[in-house]
Amino acid sequence: MSEIPKILVVDDDPFILMSLEFLMKKSGYQVVIARNGTEALNALSVDPPHLVLLDIMMPDVDGYAICEHIKSTPLLAATKVIFLSAKTKQMDIQKGYDLGADLFITKPFSTRNLKQQVADLLNKK
Amino acid sequence: MNHWFILICSISYLLLLFGIATWVEKATHRGFKLIHNPYVYALSMAVYCTAWTFYGSVGRATITGVEFIYIYLGPSIGAPLVFLMLRKIIRISKTHNITSIADFISTRYGKNISLGAIVTVLCVTGVIPYIAIQLKAISESLKIITSLNGNSYAGVGTLNNTITLLLVIGITLFIILFGTRKVDATEKHEGMMVAIAFESIVKLAAFLIAGAAIVYWLFNGWSDLFVKASALPNYPIIASLQGEHVYFHLFLLMILSMFAVLFLPRQFQVAVVENVNEDHLKKAVWLFPMYLLLINIFVLPVSIAGGIHFGGKGVNADTYILALPMLMKSNWLTLLVYIGGFSAASSMIIIETIALTTMVSNNIVAPVFFSLIKIQDTIDKGIRNWLKTTRRIGIVAIMILAYLFERYVAEKFSLVSIGLVSFVAVAQFAPAIIGGVYWKRATKQGALASIIIGFAIWFYTLVVPSIVEAGYLPHSMVELGPWGISLFNPTALMGLGGFDLITHGFMWSMLLNTVAFFGISLATERTPQEIYQAELFVGVFKQSNPAENGNWVLNRTATMLDLKNLMLNLLGKERTYQIIASYEKRHKIELAKLTQAPPHLISIIEKVLSGNIGSATARLMINNIVPQKEVGLQEVLNIIKESQAVKASNIELKKESTALNKLTEELRVVNHQLKHMDEMKDEFLYTVTHEIRTPLTSIRALSEILQDNPDLEEAEKNTYLEAVVKETERLSHLITQVLNLERYESGRQKLNMVSFDIQETISEVLNTVDSLRKEKGLKCHLALTSMPNIYGDKDLIHQVIYNLVTNAIKFAKSEITIWGELENKNMIIKVIDDGEGVPVESHELIFDKFFQAQNQTLKKPEGTGLGLAISKRIIEMHHGSIWVESEPGNGACFIIKLPLQ
Repeated sequence: MSEIPKILVVDDDPFILMSLEFLMKKSGYQVVIARNGTEALNALSVDPPHLVLLDIMMPDVDGYAICEHIKSTPLLAATKVIFLSAKTKQMDIQKGYDLGADLFITKPFSTRNLKQQVADLLNKK
Repeated sequence: MNHWFILICSISYLLLLFGIATWVEKATHRGFKLIHNPYVYALSMAVYCTAWTFYGSVGRATITGVEFIYIYLGPSIGAPLVFLMLRKIIRISKTHNITSIADFISTRYGKNISLGAIVTVLCVTGVIPYIAIQLKAISESLKIITSLNGNSYAGVGTLNNTITLLLVIGITLFIILFGTRKVDATEKHEGMMVAIAFESIVKLAAFLIAGAAIVYWLFNGWSDLFVKASALPNYPIIASLQGEHVYFHLFLLMILSMFAVLFLPRQFQVAVVENVNEDHLKKAVWLFPMYLLLINIFVLPVSIAGGIHFGGKGVNADTYILALPMLMKSNWLTLLVYIGGFSAASSMIIIETIALTTMVSNNIVAPVFFSLIKIQDTIDKGIRNWLKTTRRIGIVAIMILAYLFERYVAEKFSLVSIGLVSFVAVAQFAPAIIGGVYWKRATKQGALASIIIGFAIWFYTLVVPSIVEAGYLPHSMVELGPWGISLFNPTALMGLGGFDLITHGFMWSMLLNTVAFFGISLATERTPQEIYQAELFVGVFKQSNPAENGNWVLNRTATMLDLKNLMLNLLGKERTYQIIASYEKRHKIELAKLTQAPPHLISIIEKVLSGNIGSATARLMINNIVPQKEVGLQEVLNIIKESQAVKASNIELKKESTALNKLTEELRVVNHQLKHMDEMKDEFLYTVTHEIRTPLTSIRALSEILQDNPDLEEAEKNTYLEAVVKETERLSHLITQVLNLERYESGRQKLNMVSFDIQETISEVLNTVDSLRKEKGLKCHLALTSMPNIYGDKDLIHQVIYNLVTNAIKFAKSEITIWGELENKNMIIKVIDDGEGVPVESHELIFDKFFQAQNQTLKKPEGTGLGLAISKRIIEMHHGSIWVESEPGNGACFIIKLPLQ
């Protein structure tokens, strides 16, 4: 991999956003953050990331809609999606996978596992 | 009018009846059951109004004035009583498959053959002349309608007789076709009954139209008619009640006609045998009297009109209704009246003949036939064909008898009151039937004596004077009495003179008849069989159907082989196997394996046979195969006792089952509520855990970062640790709120009600949040006017205002406003911010504790959490309300409305 992978972190909770940003930077990736759905869509249009860590419940545009956007945009075809959500119902998880997500992780999560899962996904190509 | 035209019209009318009956029977096969219509039932009861009503009422009115109305007033005034009795008679008849009035009496008094036979003979004797006058009405109307046209020629009399005969043959064919189609006499004659109901409409319409035409066409309405009438010589007679003992006479007439409506064979046929649903009585109870009223409305006017136009010209008053339209030169009206009269006559003839035939075949022919022959070697195809043939012969015989009576006997006798004479004849059954239905102690001997004595007196006081009049007996008999003994004078028994014949005959026959019934009943003992039947009849509403439910079954035995042979012989293969199959299915036994037939099955077979050959004959046939053993008194008493016990336990069971049903229903409702509450609880729990997951995520992630990165800078470390502390606080706040809400909702939170100053509370809240507000640089406006003390839980109200104010500070851009005012004994407090506002669709949602429901993926505005849900609950506990008014972009205004008390 010649280029440093770029990761977009989307979450409306400032503390979660803060920890995810730290974790991803610490793992050596380029990190872009978005505090809500609108910011996320903007970030996606500016520069396609390799991977998105995506919250679902947000006040403006929800995570499912963003995932749908990613999966239906040719320019973003290579972008991986990991949902990070407090939604734990089987129905909600299934919906995430149906929309094309690569992984669905429920909150609260282990940061150690998350680092590993992100690395694995990026290496899969 | 031309003979042939009349004949064609009459035949066409008969063909129409055939058509209606055929159509109805076909429709019934397809499941369209017109006979289940209560109006058809009520109309068929109007077979009470015969040609004697149609033509004769006008005649009677001309002679005796309004007296004619009493035989219609009786059943109308007495309708509630008559129909109450009918209900019981119908129920009994259905329980026992009773086919006629003779069958009814015979069944009640121990299924006695001789009683049934005597009743049948009396019915035939009393009613044939009545049928004959219907035929006479047809031939008389023919005579009038054809002779007054001025074209009469030689041979008219013969021609009329031929036409009458043709019509009689037509009616006979109708009866044979539609009256004997089914052998089981308890099965309904759908086609015939609808045709009869149709005839009831025809005769009523004909009389009403003719009457109205006479009053409004021939005269200028009612007042014109009565003004002209007052000049008539017989006007005082018409307009008032005449004669000695007139009120006694009228009273007896009413009683007599009530009996007639119940006990005339044709009335019993339409009201009881042909009844398909007891509920139809409810319609008939007012429809039948209304029919009687309508058909009599024009009787008096027609009588007066006839008097004015024909008085003293030798026109028979019985024919006024026909003669007047002819006078008016209206052919169509004349024809209509003729058809109306024909329908009145034919409907009576049809039903009366069917009823008499059933009686004769079931109560006279069948018992004689079946006791003379050996069943086994006679009828292979069952009794169906035999019964059909017998009934057909019976119908023809009755019609021939009536026809001969009309041709050769009637002209020698006065027929004026033949209808009433028939009424008195069938009234003789009243004590035996009414007593039998309501009085258990009545005995067979009592019934027999009552009917025979009553009938003898009927014959002596009502028939003998006619014979005298015809010249077959010396005239001195009615003047001086037989052999000069005036006490036995048939028109003045015991020297009681001054009554008209009907009053006299009815009074004496009923008196002695009733005395004999009660006297002899009390003087004789009932046989066990009679006790058994008496219980079944009198207590019919108290028992369940005996043959079908197994209790009330006589303990009789017969071999299965004998019983099956009897069934095969009498009912035919098809019906036999049908009964056996349904019995086996119902009781889950295999009859072929039994050698002895179950007593219950024997009772069922007896009931089925009763519908075919009458109950007495059915009992006779059953006794042939049951080893002769007298039914013991003890056995009958045991059955009765047992049945009462069963009945009592049935009532108990029914009560319990009702209670159980109610309980089940309650449980179902509660279960439903619980399920709903359970779902709500689940939902709540899910949203709560969902809300807890967010701070937990931060705490775990930040803690792991701190643990895995010991080389973090001090400042960074502090930021993370502060965040952990903050999220922990958020978590515990959330838990407190959940617990609070739960407490308020469950009702466990008691309000600590005090009177307090709300302004003070607001100031306290503002002080608490002062630093927070200043931090955001917000201005604060306070606008409180005339705020009295309110009564409520001070701490909780404080909490609500705190929630609203902190929310406002969270969302406001530059200022918050707190506004308070008294409005109609309500305290209004508004907390206003100038933030983004709340979208309309969220105005309700933000107060909902299920703040992030499962299908929702968009978050509510930050920080509202459970605060608003709790606030809402608190305000509601104070019987107030809380809501938000907001337009997106223009801030939000939260409003509390609290009653002062």
